[in-house]
Amino acid sequence: MNLLRTTVALSAIFAAGAAFAQDATGITVWADANRQPAVEAFIAAHPEVPVNLVVDDGSSGASGTFQTKISLADQAGEGWPDVVFSTQNNDAAWATKETNGVQAFAQVLNEGFLGEEFLKGFTPGALDPVTVDGKVYGLRNDLAPVLFWYNKTLLDGFGYAAPTTWEEYQALGDKLAADHKGYFLGGIGDAFEGPYIYYWSGQAPIFQLEGDAFKSNTTDANSVKVSNLIDHMVANKSLTLDSVFGASFVATAANLVAIPGPAWYAGALFQNPGGVNAKAGDWVAAPPLHWKDGEKVTGNVGGGVWYASSHSANPEAIKTFLQFIVSDPKVAGTGGLPAYQAAADAWLDGQVASGFYAGDFKAAINTAASSVWNGWGYPNFSPETAWAKIITPGLVAGKTMKDLSADWQQEMKNEAQVVGYTVE
Amino acid sequence: MTTLDQSTARSTTSGRKAKGQRHSIERAQGRMGTAFVSLYTLFLLAFGVLPALYAIYLAFTKKGAFVGIDNFLKVFKDYRFWPAVEHVGIFLVVWLIMLVILVVLLSLLVHSIGIRWLSTGTRFLFYIPGALAGASSVMLWLFVLDPTVSPVGFLLRAFGSTSLVDAVQVDRLPFVLAVIAFWTGAGGWIVVMYGALNNIPKDVIEAARVDGARPIRIAWSIQIPLMRKWIAYMVIMSFAGGTQLFVEPRVLSQASRGVVGQDYSLNQLAFLYAFKQSDFNGSAAISLMLLAVALGLSVYFVFKGGLFERV
Repeated sequence: MNLLRTTVALSAIFAAGAAFAQDATGITVWADANRQPAVEAFIAAHPEVPVNLVVDDGSSGASGTFQTKISLADQAGEGWPDVVFSTQNNDAAWATKETNGVQAFAQVLNEGFLGEEFLKGFTPGALDPVTVDGKVYGLRNDLAPVLFWYNKTLLDGFGYAAPTTWEEYQALGDKLAADHKGYFLGGIGDAFEGPYIYYWSGQAPIFQLEGDAFKSNTTDANSVKVSNLIDHMVANKSLTLDSVFGASFVATAANLVAIPGPAWYAGALFQNPGGVNAKAGDWVAAPPLHWKDGEKVTGNVGGGVWYASSHSANPEAIKTFLQFIVSDPKVAGTGGLPAYQAAADAWLDGQVASGFYAGDFKAAINTAASSVWNGWGYPNFSPETAWAKIITPGLVAGKTMKDLSADWQQEMKNEAQVVGYTVE
Repeated sequence: MTTLDQSTARSTTSGRKAKGQRHSIERAQGRMGTAFVSLYTLFLLAFGVLPALYAIYLAFTKKGAFVGIDNFLKVFKDYRFWPAVEHVGIFLVVWLIMLVILVVLLSLLVHSIGIRWLSTGTRFLFYIPGALAGASSVMLWLFVLDPTVSPVGFLLRAFGSTSLVDAVQVDRLPFVLAVIAFWTGAGGWIVVMYGALNNIPKDVIEAARVDGARPIRIAWSIQIPLMRKWIAYMVIMSFAGGTQLFVEPRVLSQASRGVVGQDYSLNQLAFLYAFKQSDFNGSAAISLMLLAVALGLSVYFVFKGGLFERV
């Protein structure tokens, strides 16, 4: 009976979407609530293109909304939207492939659809996750390289230097645990922090793709180093098991000394009254942490993507929309670091001018943006589901990464197999 | 005047004519019945029978070609299938036992309350949670289950849970889901059972009382046996609904940051097959298995509970 309710609700949404999609002049856009102001700015700037905005969850937390709804439309043979926003950057893995005889959903955006000049305006490497065999299937909304954020006022007060390597980060945790109980260095309570911030930045080969082969190795030297770091810092409580967006994290946010995290923490965490709600001048965005003897690389947490539909009856309107949404200096990046270079420069200048962050904000972001480790794969599933299923409850129950790594690796491999990858 | 004449004429008509009239009333009622049922039948065909036939077609084919039981074999080999069967199985056992015992007990208690307003008030209270839709009642339970905000946080902490993630650990989940389902559904069944208890002739109870039977004895030897059909009906309906567990774990999954897996129940797995793997055939195979099991057990309970026996 519950399924029936869901089906009825879904069908109602589809009926509404489908009715609009047949309108020859307008476009239907699926995006999450964070993107809504940008879409509204487009509507104000381009009244000649009617937009039907359908707000969804942007597939956050690997919920799969985008793929689910497209599968339904594929099965029904109608009801596709014209433009879709997704917070995940692995959708190209399925959206570029024909499914059950229905053409691939994602429109190829280079090779004549959008001008080469326009596409060259993206930060180098920004379109890599959505490029398959030289074809560009989506436009990045924002870049999300992992930086190292620290509270200068607190560190200076304690008389500690800001860490630049993972080893120093761990040592700082020991000092805090010994001398300043209750102060901490981040959290791994969400499913994204572990894989993207710690393992990806730590150059751990746990989520790799070679052709159709999925690889994960939690016993690699770097993987073990990251696991040990997490276990050590969870044990001395310098890493919390709370979600960084949860009530208990926010309640203790005044004791947060430093945290590695993506560029979008700027707006979503620090300058958010419901988050850390930082005071101007306290926080510094520093270049990413790296292993003392390792390469200077970092991880990446999302950075949404805009896709166009290959089924659309209105490609011209789509072109206008996409170019505006990723490159307009006022809305591009939707609060994060825009993937479009010119818009990114404008955004960075604005951040520097506001003086909110101490230190060289622009240099730190640029260093991070150009050093994302390219050894991470974008298969048709997310490392977040396996993390949430095995690691989150495991750590809460008092187990360690050392205990859980093998199960976690197996779960990722199982997931890979189910969606059709070969696994060693 | 004419009306009076006619009615007088009618009242003095012969027995043969009266019989004909009765027939015409029965015919009219029959027509009305058919009209009501036909609407239902239409919906049943459109949303029940035809999709089921389509599922049967999908389950035994792949890209339109007949493949025998390949889809079923593939599902059996899926590493998520047996854990999902186990999850749903444990949930059903916990929930159905809880439902049968507590609903019967509560309805007997409510029925024995002599004060009219108290009895009505209690039934109404029991029924309220049932008026909430599945998803919204889960939202409410999210707050109840999170020890940091829960009004019964002390109880959760007594069981060793310090966070929502801890409260919905996989081994606790069947109980959590059973409690949610009971809270949502039991009220409606208590009202139904109350109706069943009202149907038991008063003189039977009187006779037992005269013979010296105490309330417990009356409940055990008279009321419960006479409620047998209704209990069977409740078990069938609840079993069919329970095997389709979907909304509760799905909402919990999103709220618990994925700790409750997206593949927790069989219906969720069918959903993933269809919409994550674009394998509608595998999805149909899972649905068909659910249908077969629910149908089989329903038949068992229908005959065991004497549901189709005429009184």
